[in-house]
Amino acid sequence: MSDEPILTVQDVQVTFPTGGMVNRSSILGVAGVSLNINRGETFALVGESGSGKTTLARAINGLQDISEGEISFDGGRIDTLSRRAMKPIRRRMAMMFQDPVGSLSPRMTVGDLVTEPFRIHGIEGRNLREETARLLSLVGLPADFASRFPHQLSGGQARRVGVARAIALDPALIIADEPTAGLDVSVQGEVLNLLNDLRERLGLAMLIITHNLHVVHHVADRVAVMYLGRFVETGTTEEVFDAPSHPYTAALLSANPEPDPDKARERISLPAEVPSLLNRPPGCEFHTRCPWVQDRCRTVAPMPEPIGTRRVACHAPLAPGARPPGNQMETA
Amino acid sequence: MTVLTIRDLNVVFSTEAGPLHALKDVNFEVPERRIVGIVGESGCGKSTLINAILGLLADNGGVTGGSITFEGQTDLVGLSPDKMRALRGERISTVFQDPMGALNPVLSIGRQMVNIQYRSGLSRAEKEARAAEMLELVRIPDARAALSRFPHQFSGGMKQRIAIAMALMMEPALLIADEPTTALDATLEVATIELLKDLQEKIGCSVLFISHHLGVIAELCDEVVVMYAGEVVERGDVRSIFNDPRHPYTRRLLECDPARQSSRTRNLPTIPGEIPDLRARPRGCVFRPRCDLAVDTCADPQAERDLGGGHQARCQKAQGLTNTMAELGAAT
Repeated sequence: MSDEPILTVQDVQVTFPTGGMVNRSSILGVAGVSLNINRGETFALVGESGSGKTTLARAINGLQDISEGEISFDGGRIDTLSRRAMKPIRRRMAMMFQDPVGSLSPRMTVGDLVTEPFRIHGIEGRNLREETARLLSLVGLPADFASRFPHQLSGGQARRVGVARAIALDPALIIADEPTAGLDVSVQGEVLNLLNDLRERLGLAMLIITHNLHVVHHVADRVAVMYLGRFVETGTTEEVFDAPSHPYTAALLSANPEPDPDKARERISLPAEVPSLLNRPPGCEFHTRCPWVQDRCRTVAPMPEPIGTRRVACHAPLAPGARPPGNQMETA
Repeated sequence: MTVLTIRDLNVVFSTEAGPLHALKDVNFEVPERRIVGIVGESGCGKSTLINAILGLLADNGGVTGGSITFEGQTDLVGLSPDKMRALRGERISTVFQDPMGALNPVLSIGRQMVNIQYRSGLSRAEKEARAAEMLELVRIPDARAALSRFPHQFSGGMKQRIAIAMALMMEPALLIADEPTTALDATLEVATIELLKDLQEKIGCSVLFISHHLGVIAELCDEVVVMYAGEVVERGDVRSIFNDPRHPYTRRLLECDPARQSSRTRNLPTIPGEIPDLRARPRGCVFRPRCDLAVDTCADPQAERDLGGGHQARCQKAQGLTNTMAELGAAT
């Protein structure tokens, strides 16, 4: 395993045009983010819907053009590649989509589905029957599943087929967009264990997009917390979870509902109004909801600064266990 | 009084491969002014249950037995479409996972909120005032002005709150909320459930809340119904279910929640096996093929065992499974 990151994202921005002929403008979906993922590492992107997680994943995979920045994969720059030149890269960078059944063609058998990547990439000279058996056994499905159709699969089995498709061409990186959304906790555990097992056995790197913080805690080595298209805090999962420095991270972690009806909950309560991307607040974009807001937050945008293993974009990073001023702490 | 009483409800779909028994002998109640949570994995029959209550089962499905009594007198099973339509939206309303699906993208929020009051007999100005009042109640800032805006101008969390405002506008007796917080981040999820709780108290309605997020259920609900493969395997007040679960499925499900694993683990617990094919239900207990406590007599029909205080579990060993989740946690 080399120390060189498999994926490097540098100051990437994605803009979407908006408005009509007269009031033409654009919004920033991803507003300048940087990350790198090492071989064999699991990196999690956390943030609410609309915070830019999926857009960033699509940009990395070349499904979305970027307007600024650079993306390098396995030592070579990929954001400047043409569609055609990108195709061989995608063999090594597999995408797992959210809706497991929706991403499988209903008229193809499982066997056809897991070997479809070979046909798409024109890879010949492989015994597809053997490949099917190999892939199904890697994801823990019986070989006779090859003749089944997607509607005959349970949610967990469909995800396994999705994983088999993703690993068919021996990728170096898997991008999994909400790999466990909609699954109950038992099947969720199965899918995460499977991904982790494959990561270990095949030395895969993984980018997992999720808003389930409990999942992040167990599976990710490092995590980036996204808010309005920016990383507000990145670092090792342990450090971020033990002592979040950015107020948004602290609020997210304190909000995380736990399965214990009697647990005393001390929560950092935030105003629920998330600013629109069409009208980004000046200064720190979290200041409209931040309990610790100071004057300069309203005018000066904070740059990410190192704290331990982390980078935190905040003028006044929190001390461990910090409580918000005033009465913005709720005990339920 | 109970708002909803479901007795021995059975729903069967006819499929090419034979009859599919989607709900079997379902019993539970939604008492007045209570929030009842339904937990269960995809395919356990949650959606079928909602559709059966709302009279929206697909053409190939039907209630083959049992009753759904609304407000003590009306049996919703076999109610004429006209009478059902008079209840829906007025006495029974719904909120779904995706608020965009509930909002018309080309009409302003105000227009939609006025339109759905067509049975109220109020004047237009009164309807508008009522709409603004509801938006204030769900904490939409500047409610009057918000009425003239369109759905896309609101964030995901705000859209969901608008959908909740619309669902509660006619002050229904029962709100059915199907995974309403799944698409939101933890801070908005918590804000939304607190809002729901608040509104439920103000309006005095009951809520049937469907989710597979055990943390949200634990936090929001007064009572919990655990479903597995179309059957209610356990039900009771929220503390009994989370602290003293007596059905092996409930116990395994709770153990699987990554939120219960306090130390970081890469190997998450799972329940081995798959949900049974509902066209060929196992004899006796439906969880028997996956249950590590199963004995021969589990193949006999299982009655619900009364554990006192409204706590019921469909397992012959329920009375004996008294070690608490805290003890189970210590053992693993």
